[in-house]
Amino acid sequence: MDAIILQILNGLDKGSAYALIALGLTLIFGTLGVVNFAHGALFMIGAFCAVTVQRILTLSYEVVDETQTDFLGNPLKVKVPYVESWFGPETGAAIIDWAVPLAILFAIPIMIAIGFIMERGLIKHFYKRPHADQILVTFGLAIVLQEVIKYFYGANPIPTGAPDVFRGSFDFGVLLGFDPNAIIYPYWRLVYFSFAALIIGGVFAFLQFTTFGMVVRAGMADRETVGLLGINIDRRFTIMFGLAAAVAGLAGVMYAPINSPNYHMGMDFLVLSFVVVVVGGMGSLPGAVLAGFLLGILESFASMNEVKSILPGIDQIIIYLVAIIILLTRPRGLMGRKGVMED
Amino acid sequence: MSKSNFTRRGVLKTGAMSAGGLALPTILTAASHAGYTNAPTGSTVTLGFNVPQTGPYADEGADELRAYELAVEHLNGGGDGGMLSTFSSKELDGSGILGKKVEFVTGDTQTKSDAARASAKSMIEKDGAVMITGGSSSGVAVAVQGLCQEAGVIFMAGLTHSNDTTGKDKKANGFRHFFNAYMSAAALAPVLQKLYGSDRKAYHLTADYTWGWTQEESIAAATEAMGWETVEKVKTPLAATDFSSYIAPVLNSGADVLVLNHYGGNMVNSLTNAVQFGLREKQVNGKNFEIVVPLYSRLMAKGAGENVKGIHGSTNWHWSLQDEGSKAFVKSFGTKYGFPPSQAAHTCYVQTLLYADAATRQARSTPVALRKHWKGLNSTVSATARHCIAPTITSASKMFWWCAGKKTQHPSSTFLKWSKSHLRHRSPMPPITRCLPVVNWDHVTPAHNRAA
Repeated sequence: MDAIILQILNGLDKGSAYALIALGLTLIFGTLGVVNFAHGALFMIGAFCAVTVQRILTLSYEVVDETQTDFLGNPLKVKVPYVESWFGPETGAAIIDWAVPLAILFAIPIMIAIGFIMERGLIKHFYKRPHADQILVTFGLAIVLQEVIKYFYGANPIPTGAPDVFRGSFDFGVLLGFDPNAIIYPYWRLVYFSFAALIIGGVFAFLQFTTFGMVVRAGMADRETVGLLGINIDRRFTIMFGLAAAVAGLAGVMYAPINSPNYHMGMDFLVLSFVVVVVGGMGSLPGAVLAGFLLGILESFASMNEVKSILPGIDQIIIYLVAIIILLTRPRGLMGRKGVMED
Repeated sequence: MSKSNFTRRGVLKTGAMSAGGLALPTILTAASHAGYTNAPTGSTVTLGFNVPQTGPYADEGADELRAYELAVEHLNGGGDGGMLSTFSSKELDGSGILGKKVEFVTGDTQTKSDAARASAKSMIEKDGAVMITGGSSSGVAVAVQGLCQEAGVIFMAGLTHSNDTTGKDKKANGFRHFFNAYMSAAALAPVLQKLYGSDRKAYHLTADYTWGWTQEESIAAATEAMGWETVEKVKTPLAATDFSSYIAPVLNSGADVLVLNHYGGNMVNSLTNAVQFGLREKQVNGKNFEIVVPLYSRLMAKGAGENVKGIHGSTNWHWSLQDEGSKAFVKSFGTKYGFPPSQAAHTCYVQTLLYADAATRQARSTPVALRKHWKGLNSTVSATARHCIAPTITSASKMFWWCAGKKTQHPSSTFLKWSKSHLRHRSPMPPITRCLPVVNWDHVTPAHNRAA
């Protein structure tokens, strides 16, 4: 029982990342009709926003310390971050410690801007082209973005820690009456899950309760009619692209402490997120979220040793297996609507 | 009388012809004759540096390339000469290899076997490289080694830790300087016993490919021999990025040690995840929970940041070693690039010098001659023991070894002794290997002498 609860918890945070990326993908697909293979790269750029903020905050000047020597025997150059010399060592260290949460503020405008540039600069030229062209061009863009990041940040993962308060893990088992250590869960992953829930709730509320959201939803249902009503739907869709980019970026920022960001982390999530979108139903936002969490939890279960001993290698194929079964029984996905991608 | 066509003479004739036909391709390769397809012509010798320039190990590849450039500089008489002056052999005098200037070409392995083979092939055929070296993965090493064997050029392996590279998948033209999983296990076990005692329960998470399997096998065997119990061995997919679902059940399994048989990105992520779960602050069976990462790379460890503090692992070499060869290398590398070299850089630098030294001494840079040269150092050596020879022919990598938990400076001749006894036993690995630097990665600047 405790093992099952443990894997459900584990699935939740993995599912959060899938859901956030899939949500952005579905937003773009639903509004602009473009299959955006560069979405994983946006997630990755988000994580590198956290790295960048950390780098900016730790910008340092060098002080030569005569009492210590470096590996060649020369006097050691000690790096002192500017932040620490401006605000005092304690406040400075605290600011650096909170680099990842601070990066959220930095990432939102950056990601929206990148989304705008991507849509206006490249993707809009491909609206009238077949889906295969769109996939090729966005996939190419993803590779370009990866290489740009690698050029500036290198190929190795860069440690980007969560604030000290969130280190360690929470003992859920004790709360539920199990033995200590039976069900433990890192604090930061709890934060990640709550953050994802907040963002998902925010996007749905935005689409459901604002006039802007209503127009966008109308546009998703019938673009031509909305256009004929004199509404500039294209501009709203561009804004939605920026929003989707920001969602992916924020997912990336908060993911940075979970796994040290590297340049190909986007690709690791991209394929799975596509499966999530297809399983959830192309163009269905609730479907994407539901499928994200569902597949995240299933993947966690499949990596249990008890399951793996019966079905070796199941942890690598479970998502695709479930995708096949769902598409065979419900060809439009869990919550897919009729008419999407069917003309 | 049966009218069969199978006469004794006929069978012999056909047999000889087909045997000749089968042997034909090998006759055309260099291994069977002294002159050889890529023999250096003109006034230069070209070496092929095949390192990951793109892909996840690109940073390690960049460090390998720095070391290669330094080695070429030293061979050609540039810089401060680095390790050359510390060699017992004085053959290398800065005049290149056999008086020919050393030049190099580079290839990108991408840490993919097919790409690595393609780039090695192009360097051999197009650029006339007479030796191929480098790489950051055992899979690539095995693939390129096979290609070099076919092409009749020497392969000086870069970073490869699998037992199989010079065991199951050995090739006559392949030489290794880097250590292997068996050696890691043998070096680590006594240190782990000293630190954590003999009554421990270990839980293995293992990258699901050749290197991971051999390391898991070696570590489990060595720790079980000293009384540890192996609770569980779980294979994790190589492509895995989030290890939380593999790590979460560890605490509840009754294990009090987690062994991470992971490398590169896998290692960074699994270690980060394990630390996030707070495993290292936990108490199990009345003991502190411990994590062991048998193979460490300083470059990779940077990715795990603070998480590596106080975790033990083994490494082929570390820049803080105080022997003359290491000091000279660290000094030239540090002066040129401004930071200390990695173990990958060290292996690649040493491999280049080893090749040059052997080629110069043998006066003919053909694989056959080289093999003879290296064999000459140990008349009974066979291919199985070859990986012990490389460190023998020079004192370049003489360093402090951990011998059953005691620090000694190892006489290089010991390798020869052991490889002979190994030959008698025909075990896949020589029993030399209690002797390796075991490190405690405090502050990512391990002090190997602090482990005890």
